[in-house]
Amino acid sequence: MVGRIYMSLCVLLLIVIIVSMVYFVASKGIANFISGEVKVSEFLFGTKWAPEADTPSYGALPFISGSFLVTLLAALIASPLSICAALFMTEIVPGWGKKLLQPVIELLSGIPSVVYGFVGLSVIVPFLRDTFPGQGIGVAAGALVLSVMILPTITSVAADALASLPQNLKESSFALGATRWQTISRVILPTTMPAIMTGVVLGMARAFGEALAVQMVIGNAPFVPRSLFESASTLTSVITLSMGNTTMGSTINNALWSMALVLMLMTFIFVLLVRMLERRNKI
Amino acid sequence: MQFRKSWVMALALTSAVALSACGNSNNAATNNGGNNAAATNAPTENSSSGADLSGSILASGSTALQPLVEQAAESFMDANSGVDIQVQGGGSGTGLTQVAEGQVDIGNSDVFAEEKLKDADAEKAAALVDHQVAVVAIAAVSNPDAGVDTLTKQQLVDIFTGKIKNWSEVGGADQAIQIINRPSSSGTRATFEAFALGTKTEDLQGSVQEDSSGTVKKMIGETPGAIGYLALSYLDDTVKTLNYDGIEPSVDNVVSGEYPVWAYQHMYTNGEPNEVVKAFLDYMLTDEVQNGDVVELGYIPASSMQVSRDVDGNVTTK
Repeated sequence: MVGRIYMSLCVLLLIVIIVSMVYFVASKGIANFISGEVKVSEFLFGTKWAPEADTPSYGALPFISGSFLVTLLAALIASPLSICAALFMTEIVPGWGKKLLQPVIELLSGIPSVVYGFVGLSVIVPFLRDTFPGQGIGVAAGALVLSVMILPTITSVAADALASLPQNLKESSFALGATRWQTISRVILPTTMPAIMTGVVLGMARAFGEALAVQMVIGNAPFVPRSLFESASTLTSVITLSMGNTTMGSTINNALWSMALVLMLMTFIFVLLVRMLERRNKI
Repeated sequence: MQFRKSWVMALALTSAVALSACGNSNNAATNNGGNNAAATNAPTENSSSGADLSGSILASGSTALQPLVEQAAESFMDANSGVDIQVQGGGSGTGLTQVAEGQVDIGNSDVFAEEKLKDADAEKAAALVDHQVAVVAIAAVSNPDAGVDTLTKQQLVDIFTGKIKNWSEVGGADQAIQIINRPSSSGTRATFEAFALGTKTEDLQGSVQEDSSGTVKKMIGETPGAIGYLALSYLDDTVKTLNYDGIEPSVDNVVSGEYPVWAYQHMYTNGEPNEVVKAFLDYMLTDEVQNGDVVELGYIPASSMQVSRDVDGNVTTK
């Protein structure tokens, strides 16, 4: 009885916390639009971010596009690596391969973001600077750092999906005389693809929300980048850079909350995507 | 069933402990508040002895000022065992907001409150009392290979507005200039723009913005052709410190008022401070802190300045 009451209280508290957080971000995020200080269209599609100028402008398009750009690039880089790692662990060498690879990949998720950022700044940025035109800092550096950070998410979800595949599917394929590669490419991958995509979307959600590591290597100039090796910004990087320097309730502070609202809505969309993929996931 | 029962018991126990812990801390807080009030109303003989102070102080804001306040708070708490001081970062804007709304006792800021709390918030700024505890000077710095020792004000303006794009145009190496800037809301950038450039600048496409001084220094030291600005306490051999109009950014030149790019470090209170906060702020201005912690951490003592500056930037000789 006590346990039940305690649990109900915890669940109630959790719901209250979630609802109030959503309400807080949403109410702060739309404050500028309601008061008419910033138009929704200017915020979403304006390319000029100059809140401290004499005639301030609050265009967040550079940040929105920057966030999408690094997220998509990171997913493009990380997905093949993760899927191969998951296949290696479950299909190729399930024994020692899994014992070796799994802890290593899980280790990646335990490293703090600031360490990723610093490694990016000390290794990836100089490498890009010496190899490509530009200063090394930019979208490419951000996407590379992020791709390593989302590897564990995609790999573990993909490995779980592959491991839960019914054994008889594979056995029937082998019985028909298919090679291991044919079995993997024609049977295993197509049947587990929705589950693997869930992992990719979860990884993208993580990449979209990551702030510190990206902020250190992406350069943070408020412009839509003209090349992968030019300084750009993401929603999270501009929020972390500016939030502490602005006072609560000012237009610029509220504009930052609007960006937080965009981030939250994007997370909702990612969650919805995962839900839809899960529904397709039934084998 | 047995297992489930014990699990429920464990949960109940945990919650009981958690609740009682809450109760305790509440009590503690009330006690603290009581002491605080007592300290405020206490007759003056208590304050003169100094040892009887008790209460808690919460300070938040500027990360540039945080190390100094933290270090001073340590030694203040050693001398006054009844006082508890907590120092949080969060940025100047956060510090000013929180002190204006009464959430903290002291708001640390790199800039005058009037510069951040404008328009609708102007009356909030008027209620705040300024305590200037230190001065931070900012110098333009470049990558050592740029080959330039000094820049004039006009050259700096042209560089930071994108008019000059190559070091050879200001007598240096034939190398593209890479600007390592601060975010437009940064207090350091506001100081640099107001007193070195004399104008606000817009962000340029391809410029780099970093928030922490450590990262800025690393970037300037490693990136060919980089230029930026740093507080004097961060300068070392990995970057080249540039003279401003031929004036070296040294502590002596700042103190005498010859080198103009500097700003006060403010500790704001909402109205006049209570006894404990006042004692701590007075302590910040004692010789012990001003010539000890302040100098040691690379700030310039506010007390040694031979010039003073008001919120509009007017400099007067003391």
